[in-house]
Amino acid sequence: MTMSVLEGALAFGFTALGLALAMNLWRLLKGPGVTDRILALDTMVINVIGLIVLAGISGGSGTSFEAALLLAMVGFVGTVAYAKFLLRGDIIE
Amino acid sequence: MSGPAAIAELLAAALIVLGAGFALVGSWGLVRLPSLMERLHGPTKASTLGMGAMLVASVVWFQLGEGVWTTHELLISLFLFVTAPISANMIAKVHLHRLRTAELSGGACEPAGPAGRPTPPPGSADWATHEAPHEGTPGDLAGD
Repeated sequence: MTMSVLEGALAFGFTALGLALAMNLWRLLKGPGVTDRILALDTMVINVIGLIVLAGISGGSGTSFEAALLLAMVGFVGTVAYAKFLLRGDIIE
Repeated sequence: MSGPAAIAELLAAALIVLGAGFALVGSWGLVRLPSLMERLHGPTKASTLGMGAMLVASVVWFQLGEGVWTTHELLISLFLFVTAPISANMIAKVHLHRLRTAELSGGACEPAGPAGRPTPPPGSADWATHEAPHEGTPGDLAGD
């Protein structure tokens, strides 16, 4: 079985992003502070966006990019809401 | 396969490998670095460079491989470039705020990294919250 260059690169990309997600999960569980957990969640969202983009290239359809864009927006709003809550004790004042 | 399609495939493959490598190194930094201020560095570089490279790979692949221009990727990339510094700044503000309140109450803090502790703000002011300006801080108009 021969693999094209792009298939090899995609396999490497999926593996690397999976490993990255596992490391983020470790940081999310270990902490030690709540700030580390927010940072780990933010990084997980970024890596999942990367996975969706790779899946879009691999599947050959352009429809998965709406999902990636939505995830980017929701992830940003979530991070800012966590940070705002810890800074002010309230999200919308 | 030859000509433009082969070049597009090679270019897209190289960009995918570059982007995924950056994401992996960024997450490795998140695991390995000793203090939060240093841990902030890894993932922010990964999100701009890593995701940027992967999104450009996607644009190249769909344009030269299938002949369609897709601009969603550029939109995602622009959005990430705008939001990554903002969320990193918010996380750093939370960190400084918590460090400061822990020091004031005499609680235990995380060990300082090679860069050392952040310098304390003047007087009784706190970093990064939106309270009324304290004496000696930039927002304090009466003290000028």
